[in-house]
Amino acid sequence: MKTDLRVALVGNPNTGKSTLFNTLTGLNQKIGNFPGVTVDKKSGFCTLPDGRTAEIIDLPGTYSLYPKSQDESIVFSILADRSNPLAPDLVIVIIDATNLKRNLLLYTQVADLKIPVILALNMTDLSDKAGIVIDINLFSKKLGVPVVPVSARNVKGIDKLKTAISFANKIALQQESIDVEAIAPQLIAKISGELKLDNPYYALQLAHQHETIKFITPAQSDRIEEIEKEFSFHSQKAQATETIARYNFINDLLYDTVKVPVTAKEETYSNKIDRVLTHRVFGLIIFFAILLFMFQSIFSWSAYPMELIADLFVWVQNQLHGVLLSGPLTGLFVDGVIGGLSGVMVFIPQIAILFAFISILEDTGYMSRVTFMMDKLMRKVGLNGKSVVPLIGGFACAVPSIMSTRTIENWKDRMITIMVTPLVTCSARLPIYVLLISLVVPKGNVWWLFNMQGLALTGMYVFSLISAIVVAFVFKLILKGRERGYFIMELPVYRMPRWKNVGYSMYERVKAFVFQAGKVIIAISVILWVLASYGPGDRFISIEKKYEQPQFTKNLNHDQINRAMNSEKLENSYAGMLGHVIEPAIRPLGFDWKVGIALITSFAAREVFVGTMATIYSVEGSAEKMESVQQKMKTAVNPKTGLPVFSLAVAFSLMMFYAFAMQCASTVAVVYRETKNWRWPAIQFAYMTVLAYTASFIAFHLLK
Amino acid sequence: MTLSELVPGEMGIVKEFTDLEMSIKLMEMGCLPGEQVTVARVAPLGDPIAINVSGYQLSLRKFEASTIILQ
Repeated sequence: MKTDLRVALVGNPNTGKSTLFNTLTGLNQKIGNFPGVTVDKKSGFCTLPDGRTAEIIDLPGTYSLYPKSQDESIVFSILADRSNPLAPDLVIVIIDATNLKRNLLLYTQVADLKIPVILALNMTDLSDKAGIVIDINLFSKKLGVPVVPVSARNVKGIDKLKTAISFANKIALQQESIDVEAIAPQLIAKISGELKLDNPYYALQLAHQHETIKFITPAQSDRIEEIEKEFSFHSQKAQATETIARYNFINDLLYDTVKVPVTAKEETYSNKIDRVLTHRVFGLIIFFAILLFMFQSIFSWSAYPMELIADLFVWVQNQLHGVLLSGPLTGLFVDGVIGGLSGVMVFIPQIAILFAFISILEDTGYMSRVTFMMDKLMRKVGLNGKSVVPLIGGFACAVPSIMSTRTIENWKDRMITIMVTPLVTCSARLPIYVLLISLVVPKGNVWWLFNMQGLALTGMYVFSLISAIVVAFVFKLILKGRERGYFIMELPVYRMPRWKNVGYSMYERVKAFVFQAGKVIIAISVILWVLASYGPGDRFISIEKKYEQPQFTKNLNHDQINRAMNSEKLENSYAGMLGHVIEPAIRPLGFDWKVGIALITSFAAREVFVGTMATIYSVEGSAEKMESVQQKMKTAVNPKTGLPVFSLAVAFSLMMFYAFAMQCASTVAVVYRETKNWRWPAIQFAYMTVLAYTASFIAFHLLK
Repeated sequence: MTLSELVPGEMGIVKEFTDLEMSIKLMEMGCLPGEQVTVARVAPLGDPIAINVSGYQLSLRKFEASTIILQ
């Protein structure tokens, strides 16, 4: 889309920035990456009252231009680097009207970069309710920028904001906030002179951030370092001076323009909720109750839609089989591609429900209370209160959870969190567990209350959490910490979740899942289908010839011959050969070559296991329904011993294997992306595979 | 007297910091000399604590609170 104006949205976390972004752009938005870094870039388009189109870029929430994480450092780079193709023509700083003082710090920093600014005063409905009176005109006059009161949640003031965007100046007219040059006069003058900069605050920021920003040359960075030495510039002291000066300016500004009642009402209301939710005893009980409710809901609410999706795919496959001529291409398309796709699509309800829960917990402000309550416990095992969020998210999927570890500022805490998050039972393991448990665990109840199969499943979830904690503790002892950890974090006031945001986040996650996992699974199922349908040389032809002989055609009916022939074909196919190659390695775990094939294919993604089992066990070409896979696996008999292939020992051995093994290419990729070093995914892959093999071996031999 | 010595409900006024690196993070979050701070609550396991400062609630560990000297 052609744009006339590029607008960046900047603000503190918890100011309603994403709500404002969603309101301005609607569904007309896309998620990409900022060039060169793996920070999500959300952008969208907005039509202005004068007919022009503005591109709105949502920058990561931050408290200041001095970054504490990679996500935050992008804010300064986009705003300050005028040669950046994303450099905005206008910045909207969104501030929370109920919390002006701290929010204005970021505004004064952005304003001093001398980019045209509009101040969006959000949550004015809440500040009115709290009795905070703001003299908007005086406020605007003192700062020299347009100030637009809005309530993004109630879609109030949005039209005025759009009008302000269309009337925005092309040059920055804001008042000076503080005397930047006074912080380090000679240094700023020299850097400005040598790098030909016209903005003293930009020069000062370069002095602070020259080592980490990417848009200056190494030679320039070295020169800045020399200048710093020359004037003995102390970055931390200068930053402290600047922050104090900025708050002095803010206090002066607020003194004339804002009247705050002695006790803000909302504070006490939020405090009342906290008295219960972070109570010494009830706090933890409520937290575990919420977790329990979450998992119960994920399983019970998703059961029906999952069945519906599975049935739909079976129907489509049957229809296509009826319409299309049977042949290798039809087989590839209907059984390979559509069969594989159905394996992905059935997860949609679970993923959607889980992300809805997580986004509600975050949106209401409860997640930061969980962080607050769990910090001490998590620190004991080498983690951080903030690790709770990725660990809970790990129940859905390790990939977004590992990306969410960016909020952990401490390097060691973050690395340990990344290393153990994939141990948590993710939604891709669920179908494997469900399939195997239903094969070997009886349906009956214990004490009339607990379903045995449900207990076994819950056991696997608890087991995964315990193993994550134990492994974290081991890493704590091994890894050397580089810096101190911090836990200076805002506890936002409780708010009702914004259902639109919850909806957007569900939609985005499901979309990302379907496209990313979908690609992998389609590719794997096509490859697997080809490998399982063809064999080297003329092996298949000789098998077909063998079954044409009278000893078979006389004694067996057509179905029996087909089944016997197909399973012999599978054993002699490329996939079968691959399975036989690794069979010696996995025999101690109780697995045969068919499971071997599934282990190899599910290196791409765990959920491929069920699909592979379906393909392998449905050589007769029937539907890929879970029921039927289950039935076939149940009746599968080891030809040598005559005993069932999937005994209790084998099933639990397999579950142990999947509990620990790093069977997920996307996680390997995201760990590399986040750590920028192949060492981390390699270590993770190695330790998880060793654990998987050991646990599986022990389980098999204990239960045999 | 440091902030970590206060019990919930007690308040004080920030005087100075004993740790420069920590002080920068605290000051950015609006916890700076001259500000009034009130301890709102302590986490169920005894650490961290939550304080009211600059019109909002901030959580920090007891160790971090011990670097804040009160008037």
